[in-house]
Amino acid sequence: MKKFLTLMLTAALALSLLGGCSETKGGTVATDGSTSMEEVIGVLGEAFMAQNDGVTFTYNPTGSGSGITAVQEGRCDIGLSSRSLKDEEKAAGLSETVLAYDGIAIIVNPANPVADLTLDQIAAIFTGEITNWREVGGDDAAIVLIGREAGSGTRDGFESITGTKDACAYRQELTSTGDVITTVSSNADAIGYASLAAVKDSVKALAVGGVTPDEASVKDGSYVVQRPFVLVTKSDTALSETAQQFYDFATSADAAELIAGAGVVAAQ
Amino acid sequence: MKNRKQLAENAVHGVFLLLGLITVGCVLLITVYLIISGIPAIRQIGLFNFLFGREWASTAAEPAFGILPFILTSIYGTVGAIILGVPVGFMTAVYLAKVAPPRVKAAAAHAVSLLAGIPSVVCGLIGMRVLVPGIRALFNVPDGASLLAAIIVLAVMILPSIINVSITALEAVPKEYEEASLALGATPVETYFRVSVPAAKSGIAAAVVLGVGRAVGEAMAVMMVAGNAANMPSLFESVRFLTTAVASEMSYSGGLQRQALFSIALVLFLFIMLINAVLNFFLKRSKEK
Repeated sequence: MKKFLTLMLTAALALSLLGGCSETKGGTVATDGSTSMEEVIGVLGEAFMAQNDGVTFTYNPTGSGSGITAVQEGRCDIGLSSRSLKDEEKAAGLSETVLAYDGIAIIVNPANPVADLTLDQIAAIFTGEITNWREVGGDDAAIVLIGREAGSGTRDGFESITGTKDACAYRQELTSTGDVITTVSSNADAIGYASLAAVKDSVKALAVGGVTPDEASVKDGSYVVQRPFVLVTKSDTALSETAQQFYDFATSADAAELIAGAGVVAAQ
Repeated sequence: MKNRKQLAENAVHGVFLLLGLITVGCVLLITVYLIISGIPAIRQIGLFNFLFGREWASTAAEPAFGILPFILTSIYGTVGAIILGVPVGFMTAVYLAKVAPPRVKAAAAHAVSLLAGIPSVVCGLIGMRVLVPGIRALFNVPDGASLLAAIIVLAVMILPSIINVSITALEAVPKEYEEASLALGATPVETYFRVSVPAAKSGIAAAVVLGVGRAVGEAMAVMMVAGNAANMPSLFESVRFLTTAVASEMSYSGGLQRQALFSIALVLFLFIMLINAVLNFFLKRSKEK
């Protein structure tokens, strides 16, 4: 029995050695772009480096626009963008691959009778035009706006989708998704936003324009408070071997679990 | 033989010197680092605009970096905590040092040191779950996360330092003073407040300054109850302190925003230095007596 075990272990070790040989040694993957994608790309990069010895993975958080420019000018292998490419960017020789969808749930206290808002109503609430729940069919109570701190990817995503950039009149600015959920769950008049994956039963996720947020409605695009996380590459130039390897890894089914762990809906 | 002893002695001295220098080195490193990383943003924004600007919008298309709301909030919050905390702490100290029977005193002293040992995040958590909803219900405001909540949490957090330092100061008052006062016909209470407290006033002042220092520097508990919106301070509004301004935005910051956060840290550092200087002044005076 012991001998058999030893044999098996030796075989496993030998095989793993072979496995190690087949991986490329060295090489770098440079990514550049969206700060909102920091978490998902960080997770993927770490896993990729753990699987491939000696490979260096870099991520430069500069913003979607600069990331797209960087890949166009050949300053990085893969650009990261938290919006779809515009037509003129595609015409300039760039192509996009959707890595994941970032669904942002609009959350209220479970005691709140409001269950559905339009995108316009949400924008009006967060900019302070609507200040009482009565105006959107709720109780007669002042609306308490709970948001995230400046620089947060969720805040950036929410504000750019609802068109409320730099115009939100937050009552509280909290530093984590968990804090937002806890605060909304303990204040009956609060409204906030959080990554869809993080929403629990302690709060109620509102339907937006009649569509309830879930994995399916985010994926097919009917739930509108969402944005794609896009990998941007050049259409005419092939990726370097290591960069291609990372691209294949990031879009594989194996990576889907890692992507979901980072709080977004994987596209694959 | 003697030489060898001398050598060992010198070696030990050297080790002590080295360990001492590590502490000094840490202080120097932090100071130099803060100044170097805090100055560029102030130069770019302008000292006046930075210190007296009323608007903070660090990630807006046209960013504004005015920290007057944070400075005022830190000052108001600390003053508020002192107003609430010092009377309670001071009276507790007088009671424990002079009036309380030994058994009560021992039990209370344990409770005070336990309070000192409660991590600030726990204070913040209780504030967030109990105090914030409480303020909301009691004062009928839309949201309880406010300057008032932060003041109450800070007042509780500075109590142990005020009580402990005050007790030490009161106990150091020579017994003869009090006995003389009692012999002259003063009641015990008159003696405590007319003789013991004036004799210990430098130490009590030091206790208050120590409380101020603790309140100014606290970040975690405050961040959990104050709401963190960059408003000008008002009792029932959500506010942001100097400490929480740094802590809440640091994780995702970049460029000028990050540099400005270091500048805020530099301002905070200068505040604490000032408070420490005042503390040393009082401590020295109480020792000289």
